[in-house]
Amino acid sequence: MLSAADMTALAITLKLALVSTLILLLLGTPLAWWLARTRWRFKFIPEAIVALPLVLPPTVLGFYLLLALGPHGPVGGLLESLGGRPLAFTFTGLVIGSIIYSMPFVVQPLQDAFSAIGRRPLEVAATLRASPMDRFFTVAVPLARPGFLTAAVLGFAHTIGEFGVVLMIGGNIPGQTRVASIAVYDHVEGLDFSQAHGVSIALLLLSFVLLLLVYGLNRRFRMMRL
Amino acid sequence: MTIKARFRFKRTDFSLHVDTEIPSSGISALFGPSGCGKTSLLRAIAGLDFHPDGYLKVNETVWQDGDRFLAPHRRPLGYVFQEASLFDHLSVRGNLEYGVKRTPSNRRRIALDEAIDLLEIAPLLERSPSGLSGGERQRVAIARALAVSPELLLMDEPLAAVDSGRKQEIIPYLESLHRELVIPVLYVSHQLDEVSRLADHIIMLQSGRIAATGDVHDLFTRLDLPAANDDEAASIIEAVVSSHDAAYELTHLDFPGGKITMTRLDLPGGSPVRLRLAARDVSLTLERQSGTSILNILPVTVDSMKTLKNAQVNVRLMAGGVPLLARITRKSCEELGLEKGKPLFAQIKSIALLA
Repeated sequence: MLSAADMTALAITLKLALVSTLILLLLGTPLAWWLARTRWRFKFIPEAIVALPLVLPPTVLGFYLLLALGPHGPVGGLLESLGGRPLAFTFTGLVIGSIIYSMPFVVQPLQDAFSAIGRRPLEVAATLRASPMDRFFTVAVPLARPGFLTAAVLGFAHTIGEFGVVLMIGGNIPGQTRVASIAVYDHVEGLDFSQAHGVSIALLLLSFVLLLLVYGLNRRFRMMRL
Repeated sequence: MTIKARFRFKRTDFSLHVDTEIPSSGISALFGPSGCGKTSLLRAIAGLDFHPDGYLKVNETVWQDGDRFLAPHRRPLGYVFQEASLFDHLSVRGNLEYGVKRTPSNRRRIALDEAIDLLEIAPLLERSPSGLSGGERQRVAIARALAVSPELLLMDEPLAAVDSGRKQEIIPYLESLHRELVIPVLYVSHQLDEVSRLADHIIMLQSGRIAATGDVHDLFTRLDLPAANDDEAASIIEAVVSSHDAAYELTHLDFPGGKITMTRLDLPGGSPVRLRLAARDVSLTLERQSGTSILNILPVTVDSMKTLKNAQVNVRLMAGGVPLLARITRKSCEELGLEKGKPLFAQIKSIALLA
């Protein structure tokens, strides 16, 4: 039912979501940990910046990214002068866009989970001879497990649903930057509703299953704690 | 073997100013009303809070001085928090092993099994902390703190979050810890009964300052301090079981002030016991009474007196060097002509066994 091109678009979508989520977890965990623990009075500034993609139209974000990553932008220009290629209209460019766009969906659940642990378990671990790094990995991370699950799934699902940013910086290069949400748009534009249905249902099911996983597993974690 | 501590810091609701030396043997109680800075001092000693310009030396090691600040995980201490604070993601065994794994084997002086036996938590090992009762949780927390073989055990009102029934369940474990291990303990409490059962040495804190330090027997009977003026004021004495009277089901005990008789204790001769004599249960006579139902009459001398608000007088007595408290009316005090050094007889109506 799905054409080879649509299957490729779905595969690129999944790959984009997977790569972005992994990088987001790597970057978002220390950021969320710092936000949850710091007593810095201006921490609301980084918090507001992280939350910005929640309210900003994706096309605005995409537009600025396009400028920055293009050959005349600061990032793209720098890469070009170093002998590289600008990032606009590449898969890497899409990953960068997704990371910024989905950042709040990863950082906020992690920050909430770390805050909910409180200082006490970490103080206990300190009095049991655990170094700060040791405390983080053996106490904070396991206790924040539901937060990690929520962050990973929301980051993943949100990247799958991305449209505006991709449209602006990814272009629509089949096999490289053409993702599923763009494919749906193209099919509708071309009045090819049956193809649009195929891709849409695949996305709908995928998103639903992911959210079922989050809610189901988080419930199980809660019951385990009772 | 002492703990030298000097801390000076301000909090929004109080300021702490402490410069003291605490003997690091037996149980030392940091005693005082809520909000007097006991927990803040304990946290400063543990290194959980950093206060610049503090000084802390435990035995021969400096833990804090100027730029030197030993991180809490490098301090050879154990800490029992008010709430058990067990790790919910680990089993009871996992909780106990967490600290043991991180204690270098050449530093391990208390075997994990020893801590498990002492607190009698073997049946709980495979359970999840969330399924334990408050008393069980706190016993696990105490065993967990012991299992890292601390050189100093800090306990922050370990019984405060436990209801009073459970409290009676845990105190015997603290007593056996005291008897069987030689770890010095710093015990924070605002409960007179806990402190009188457990403490050897007392540091009384009042609004961030040390009001007095000393031996439990001396401090609880000092008339210038709040404990002696409490309604429940009592003196604490250490005695030794000397013999039993099977016919009358009584036990005779010796202490430096004389002999004491009380209802039979199930202890062999020679056992040391701690007794509590409520100030209200001690009356005074000028001559030794005969024809009285009171068994315990001790020769004493008046050490000091203090008039209280409600027509009563607190009298501190010495019985063979051991201070006792008596609470009498001002009228009786005048009729007996009490003054410092006057010899008297103290009649003790009832005696409670503490430990």
